Amino acid sequence: MGLADLTITDAAAGLRSGAHSSLDLTEAVLDRASMTEAEIHAYLTIDRDAALGAARAADAELAAGEDRGTLHGIPIALKDNMCQRGVETTAASQILAGYRPPYDATVVTSLRDAGAVLVGKANLDEFAMGSSTENSAYGPTRNPWDPGRVPGGSSGGSAAAVAAGSALGALGSDTGGSIRQPGSLCGVVGMKPTYGTVSRYGLIAFASSLDQIGPITRTVDDSVALLEGITGHDPRDATSWAGDYPDLRSEIDKGVAGKRIGVVTEFAGEGYEPAVTESLSRTLDQLSDAGAEIVEVSLPTVELALSAYYLIAPAECSANLARFDGMRYGLRVDGETTEEMMARTRAEGFGPEVIRRILLGTYALSAGYYDAFYGQAHKARTVLRNEFAAAYEKVDVLMSPTSPTVAFPFDAKSDPLAMYLSDVCTIPSNLAGDPAISVPVGLDPQGLPIGVQVMAPAMAEPMMFGVAKTIERLAGFDARPTMLEELA
Amino acid sequence: MPIDIDIAHVARLARLDLPADRLETLRSQLAAILEHAAAVQSLDTEGVEPSNHPLGFVNAFREDVVIGSLDRDEVLSMAPEARDGYFAAPPAMGQE
Amino acid sequence: MSDTATWEPVIGIEVHVELATRSKMFCGCAVSFGEDPNTNVCPTCLALPGALPVTNGRAIEWITKIGLALNCDIAEWSVFHRKNYFYADLPKNYQISQFDLPVCHDGWLDVDADGETVRIGIERAHQEEDTGKSLHLGDGGRIHAATETLLDFNRAGVPLVEVVSRPDIRSAVQARAYAQTLREVIAELDVSDARLEEGSIRFDANISVRRGPNAPFGTKVEIKNMNSFRSLEKAVDFEIKRQIAELEAGGEIVQETRHWDEESGVTTSMRTKEGSSDYRYFTEPDLVPLVVTPAWQEEIRATLPELPHQRKARYIDLGVDPQTAGALGSADAMLRALFEETVAAGAGPRSAANWITGEVVAWMRREDVVGIDVEASAIAEMIGMIDANELSTSAAKDVLDGILRGEGGARQVAESRDLLQMTDTGAIESAVDAVLADNPDAVERYRGGEQKVVGFLVGQVMRATQGKADPKAVNGLLREKLS
Repeated sequence: MGLADLTITDAAAGLRSGAHSSLDLTEAVLDRASMTEAEIHAYLTIDRDAALGAARAADAELAAGEDRGTLHGIPIALKDNMCQRGVETTAASQILAGYRPPYDATVVTSLRDAGAVLVGKANLDEFAMGSSTENSAYGPTRNPWDPGRVPGGSSGGSAAAVAAGSALGALGSDTGGSIRQPGSLCGVVGMKPTYGTVSRYGLIAFASSLDQIGPITRTVDDSVALLEGITGHDPRDATSWAGDYPDLRSEIDKGVAGKRIGVVTEFAGEGYEPAVTESLSRTLDQLSDAGAEIVEVSLPTVELALSAYYLIAPAECSANLARFDGMRYGLRVDGETTEEMMARTRAEGFGPEVIRRILLGTYALSAGYYDAFYGQAHKARTVLRNEFAAAYEKVDVLMSPTSPTVAFPFDAKSDPLAMYLSDVCTIPSNLAGDPAISVPVGLDPQGLPIGVQVMAPAMAEPMMFGVAKTIERLAGFDARPTMLEELA
Repeated sequence: MPIDIDIAHVARLARLDLPADRLETLRSQLAAILEHAAAVQSLDTEGVEPSNHPLGFVNAFREDVVIGSLDRDEVLSMAPEARDGYFAAPPAMGQE
Repeated sequence: MSDTATWEPVIGIEVHVELATRSKMFCGCAVSFGEDPNTNVCPTCLALPGALPVTNGRAIEWITKIGLALNCDIAEWSVFHRKNYFYADLPKNYQISQFDLPVCHDGWLDVDADGETVRIGIERAHQEEDTGKSLHLGDGGRIHAATETLLDFNRAGVPLVEVVSRPDIRSAVQARAYAQTLREVIAELDVSDARLEEGSIRFDANISVRRGPNAPFGTKVEIKNMNSFRSLEKAVDFEIKRQIAELEAGGEIVQETRHWDEESGVTTSMRTKEGSSDYRYFTEPDLVPLVVTPAWQEEIRATLPELPHQRKARYIDLGVDPQTAGALGSADAMLRALFEETVAAGAGPRSAANWITGEVVAWMRREDVVGIDVEASAIAEMIGMIDANELSTSAAKDVLDGILRGEGGARQVAESRDLLQMTDTGAIESAVDAVLADNPDAVERYRGGEQKVVGFLVGQVMRATQGKADPKAVNGLLREKLS
């Protein structure tokens, strides 16, 4: 255990008590990175000098009494699909190799304003498309719990860094589960906020109506702290909520007595590993003992959620990725005409999963197919939302496993469809736009982490955090990846 | 029900210059995914409106004011090719 | 020979209007023309990764204003769509536009052409964004022989309103009149410079022909690149004839886009990509729906100025003849204000309108001035003097010249230039008597049945009185004395 293994909450307390400085924290995190990166490759870029500079600045400010809050001086990693001015931002794609944005994403500005220390850009599945980070054009990230296995995806680098201690917290993005699923596979807390509560300005878009940026942290308290730093209305994002935001901390210690918890019956059965099912059952028993009422809830339309998602997300991404054409930035492969140049650049610059989804989306939108595919998927989405809303009349939160399986070996899911099934529990919340969180509760017999998912209605983050914190406390999960024990 | 895909046409629409063998592999992969995705067609969506923003708000406007633009040198430094203040590219064939 | 009498042209016009907002449609870059390339660009209009659009509220207000001025229904609920296609001047490789839920729909515009007034239906007006500009370097600047394309994105993202007419137009003359009338309305609203030469208003025509008004529609052809009203009329006229000739020769019309070549006076086929355009429209997920409530519509309606056709109707009500009313309705604000003031100063509207749209405008053209500084009361005074027979029409033109040169009021000028009509009946009678005495053979001829000779005699009296006698009075007196 070292400074790199502190929670944000404890690290922040230590900064103020004088136990350590931001420079100490940042150096510890950077050291941990240098010890683990060869093995796990969580990062694409580590901004060492900038991080140390920011740490020193944070220390100076804190010493002068300028306290910016919990995140002040805390080393945080950013998924490499978030634009950071002057820093290479690739979305893990060859098509953006060497690209340095001339502007900061709003969340980056927010973190800077909060005094956070930005450590570097974390690896991901290319353009956030994937569930294992195997689709990165710069090599995969390896799970710190077992480097022969995937960390999950698409925010695999962010989750691995937090699990390994090469960041105290990280931002990921979640379109179909890309924060929660790697959180579960890496034994850390991953949370997706209500759609519209965190600005998407500067997030390299995958599926505009589904993408949300969210925190990846070691504890639920840390999740709240990091989320507080990035929520809020952004006039640069027209889908950003301009109304009131709840006090995220307001119900964190409320417990679950009297809460009605709905277990989604569809998220069980074939395809779910026994240890995963067992972990959820155990968690529900603990919650019941703590005073919650557990009920079974059926949401029949979630069976179609995967299908709807794999029409809506590719359709939106096919348009969002059209701008990568070799004209104004990024890779250019020459051609005799503009058309040739664009088509060659894109074919060479995009990886296979990205190409697959662009083609899928283009097809789903094309003349003659729109109504049956994309049009229908959008209506299915409305039906699903209505079903969730009806469920929340009867229960306060819904629960399920986060992922049907624990971390799987590399190349285990070479069939695209098999990979897509990893997201079956997480996708519905993206379609609904509702918040959800994955909390690590235990290990399977192989020592691989398992997470459970809590889903809540829109803007009900405070209550959701309260339930999540109870789960965390009752689970008492304090295991660490073996690789960390083996470090000097 | 097998799904019929003119993959060459779709690739052209998407400006992806891919060789025939890759296109064939993609075609069969897409067909498999779409067969699965076609499950949405089983849903009765009579009278259902397509979904909009989950928080249901409208009219997110900005004021008609000028906010500074990017510095041109910075902009063109990102360009694969630039000339005299312009982005440069091979000749276009004509509008689609 | 083609028998154009049996063929009916069917024409629709699409207009793109650049709105003169301060900032672009979806970002805060300035809308400004003639700047150095790529100096008004930002992550959003350059389509950098991660950038997002945010709707310019003033553009929505202005498209609603345009729709109301064109008698459209305003959709209370409308959305933006992505129109997907790849092109060098389109940074996102999709354009944010509107597909099946435009802000404005089902309007109309009355147009005067060939001596009749026709009502042209307006199917819709929707909001979209403009593209960047491409320069094709190489042979003569034409696409086909270029060696390189240069892109300037200053114009990318400028707000654009597209107005689509129904195919109600039936001739090249009507097409031109529609375009001109529409431009006039837009210019009146103060939402766009609406200058064809500058590209802030652009016209495309869709043309087909059919055998008679009840035949099914023929295949339509889109014509682009008409850069003046004159070339629009010529292009439409050419295309109609081209299509008729093609069909009469047993050929077929290909659905395509053709380019008007002003120099050679023909439309030519543009090199089209194989396969028709599949724009794959879907609702724009980065934007939320547009709601223009009835209350907001009324607020906007209250800002509508009086439009040319409304002015024309008002002038006709005042007694101005329709043609003059039309000319005055379309005249610039200074002349219209002059009219209002002249009427307010007591002149009859009909005469005031005739004089202002006629002689005043002619004088301005001759003197090559764009503005005049004139007292409306002076013109009203002049008109009053004509009515009182104190000035003949030709003398009045002279007086007007003096007024416009700042020589004073009507009476003042008439006196100083000695233009007052002779009203002294005694003097007129003496002059008449003198002419009759001096022209006995003319008198003979008149009495012998040659009525027309009275004109000559009137002329003689006018000469004798230096043009100051009232010709009507002279005529009357002569006939009296000759009978």
